[in-house]
Amino acid sequence: MPAFRFPSGQGLLAVVARLVLVLSLLVPFGLAAKAGTLDDAAALFAADSFSDTAKAIDLVAGSDAAHADAILEALADRRLFVSADKKLVYKDKAGAAVDALTGKKLEAEPAGLASVRINNRLRSAISNAVGQMTLQSPDPAKRRAAALAVYKSRDAASEDGLRKASRAEKDAGIKSVQQLALAAIMATAPGKPDIDRLTAIEVLKDQGDREALTPLSLVPADAGQGVKDAARAAVAEINNRLALWSGAQNAWYGVSLGSVLLLAAIGLAITFGVMGIINMAHGEMVMIGAYVTFVIQEVIRQHVPGLFDYSLAIAIPASFIVAGVIGIAIERLVIRHLYGRPLETLLATWGISLILQQAVRTIFGPTNREVGAPSFMSGSFRLGLLDITYGRVWIVVFALLVFLAVLALLRFTPMGLQMRAVTQNRRMAASMGIRTARIDALTFGLGSGIAGLAGVALSQIDNVSPNLGQSYIIDSFMVVVFGGVGNLWGTLVAALSLGIANKFLEPFAGAVLGKIALLVFIILFIQKRPRGLFALKGRAIEQ
Amino acid sequence: MLTNRFLSMLDARGRIFLGVILAAIVLVPILNLVVPAGSALHVPTWLVSLLGKYLCYAILALALDLVWGYAGILSLGHGAFFALGGYAMGMYLMRQIGARGVYANPILPDFMVFLNWKELPWFWYGFDMFPFALLMVLLAPGLLAFVFGWFAFRSRVTGVYLSIITQALTYALLLAFFRNDMGFGGNNGLTDFKDILGFPVQSDMTRLVLFLLTLLALALCYILARAIVTSKAGKVLVAVRDAESRTRFLGFRVERYKLFVFTLSAMMAGLAGALYVPQVGIINPSEFQPGNSIEVVIWVAVGGRGTLIGAAIGAILVNFAKTTFTTGALAPYWLFALGALFVLTTLYMPKGVIGTYAEWRERRREKAALTANAASTPAE
Repeated sequence: MPAFRFPSGQGLLAVVARLVLVLSLLVPFGLAAKAGTLDDAAALFAADSFSDTAKAIDLVAGSDAAHADAILEALADRRLFVSADKKLVYKDKAGAAVDALTGKKLEAEPAGLASVRINNRLRSAISNAVGQMTLQSPDPAKRRAAALAVYKSRDAASEDGLRKASRAEKDAGIKSVQQLALAAIMATAPGKPDIDRLTAIEVLKDQGDREALTPLSLVPADAGQGVKDAARAAVAEINNRLALWSGAQNAWYGVSLGSVLLLAAIGLAITFGVMGIINMAHGEMVMIGAYVTFVIQEVIRQHVPGLFDYSLAIAIPASFIVAGVIGIAIERLVIRHLYGRPLETLLATWGISLILQQAVRTIFGPTNREVGAPSFMSGSFRLGLLDITYGRVWIVVFALLVFLAVLALLRFTPMGLQMRAVTQNRRMAASMGIRTARIDALTFGLGSGIAGLAGVALSQIDNVSPNLGQSYIIDSFMVVVFGGVGNLWGTLVAALSLGIANKFLEPFAGAVLGKIALLVFIILFIQKRPRGLFALKGRAIEQ
Repeated sequence: MLTNRFLSMLDARGRIFLGVILAAIVLVPILNLVVPAGSALHVPTWLVSLLGKYLCYAILALALDLVWGYAGILSLGHGAFFALGGYAMGMYLMRQIGARGVYANPILPDFMVFLNWKELPWFWYGFDMFPFALLMVLLAPGLLAFVFGWFAFRSRVTGVYLSIITQALTYALLLAFFRNDMGFGGNNGLTDFKDILGFPVQSDMTRLVLFLLTLLALALCYILARAIVTSKAGKVLVAVRDAESRTRFLGFRVERYKLFVFTLSAMMAGLAGALYVPQVGIINPSEFQPGNSIEVVIWVAVGGRGTLIGAAIGAILVNFAKTTFTTGALAPYWLFALGALFVLTTLYMPKGVIGTYAEWRERRREKAALTANAASTPAE
């Protein structure tokens, strides 16, 4: 509040003035006093010289009138006028005239309005004044924003206002921002004692993020060598911390991408493991899962909007069943007849994928469909310097749950036992009485069903279009090839490492080059381990 | 003696095939140039170009059949070799534009001027010379196939794994060629060609000559492929296809045979691409799309895997169907038809048109022999 700005160390006068200020805030009938400052301001505005206007801005800012910010805003927008009879009037955004003294709307627009002129210097004075007014606003969000604004501008004029606001502040979060802003001012303003600067640098170093680098690099020339060294050390430390956090961010994005790949690849890995065939229509099963989610959401939206938050809970079993049934149908109708010819199966499933894509395109149209996020999946939270969206967290959780469920199914159920037996040695399993044809059908259905589940998850983060599956299919092949088929853990390791590697390569190689590098890496990797990371051990030479 | 060897190499089907090509070489120019435009027998130039395009596909299919039909290597990346050959030819054609481009730069192609490049990247050197470009048409895909195959076959990557990484190969190239700073025109690829060896690319006569050259190339590729599969090495290849480990245990260096045929096939694919580009007037990264390469496989499957002729016929048949479908009211159903083709061919016609026809004839002959036997038995 520039009107009550006292350079520190003016002693008694300052104390008295502050007392006056505190009293004036306490006086319940302070309206008269405020009206008084506004009156003075009006007179200064009416003079319409830049220096008088500057004083008037300070007065308005100090007035505590409820509409003071409206007046300053109007001034900045050239909506503040002085009428022919020297009354101060502003127009609100709708264009209605308001009496600047009382804040009440005027019946009629006064005659002879002349707008108050401003220049760039005044403009910044206005924004400062507004900033300081909001520093102590009753609205916490506004207070925080104001403190942040000072932190960025490092305007030495705000120092006292900031100190005052900080003393009165109850919210620890906002208080720390205010301290940070103060530290930024102390570190950059010329003429401060070195000891204060060192403390400020310490504060910036401890709490600082990327923003803190600027004040640290702007330590004034009159600072001592110790201060400069401390600032340099602080910059180095913050940079280190930032590098660490950006590493953490890449890792998180990588885990998130990896879990999507995991979802898309689990089904593929199982079918490949048990049946030795690559299902080229796997991506289309993912796409179908996403469309099932879309249809269920549409039905709920139209008939029972109250259940919208549960739409995904309904979509998960539904898409599993729909995709699974389609998968079993494909196995019964086509794949069964191609037993022992994996390359032909690859072609036939490619044909099926074309048909499914075109069918969905015919039914739902070629454009992207909107699938909404339930309320518990929207929004984000902050962890250190990371912004993490709930949607991504849920997808990672979901992927791990699906993975564990499939693992349990393979480990603890009779069907899982039989599937593992067929994976290891089909003929031996058949000799032991396992009905391999039935296991094939169930495996294919299970794989497709899991792809449907992946579709539910992908509908939350990607466009639901007929091409949805195609954009993931090659990546999921890579996961399967990289991880091998002997063990589901291979798929997990492969998916996560490919996801993370992708995100770590992106910053310095670019998204496309990073992807190419990974593809080349896998092509080379497969030379060393032609059956992937976790290959089945066995003596069969040719299967 | 050479003629004898040559004739013995060809079976009856092969002679018919070469005969048809010879007839086309003679007839098409006559029907195009001599027969007046109003006549029912007249072959318009657009049709010549279209047929030329099909023939390029036929060469590509032939190349794939050589590796898939005879060596059992299902390559899902042959479109990449085709596109590389196409790019090599496209680079020559770009350099021929010279100062006639939009920016009238005598050295740099338009897109480089547009990207503010100051000088020609090193890999564009030499492409102003036709023989060099022709060499690159064969060398670029050949070298890639050699290096790729060297790694893949030596470490015994086979079957579905090999198919998947060939697909990854073409996908990686697709991503790479989409980038502007690769220096191959990015998204738009290479186009706006003016002339080839001094002849305008757009003119009817050039198109006809290109068509005839494609026919000739198809015939030569067929003869070469036929020579390989009837040779001793061809027998080894078939053995590799049917029982790779057993062949290796018999003492054959399986990977060398595979590498040889894979590299040769890639060069053929490159040649097909080089003939394709001047006829369609553009080459862009979409040629690298994995879907394209898989489509080539279905051409071979429809025509008949392991028959060479079948591959060529399949390519022409499927692409003729594609043109008919996608230009009419049936366009939305093309993907249904293509998908059904994949499924039905693999299910019901695993030997393709040629194989099924041969089987049918075989059965009829047997039946005839049986009835003849039955008729002659009582007389004894």
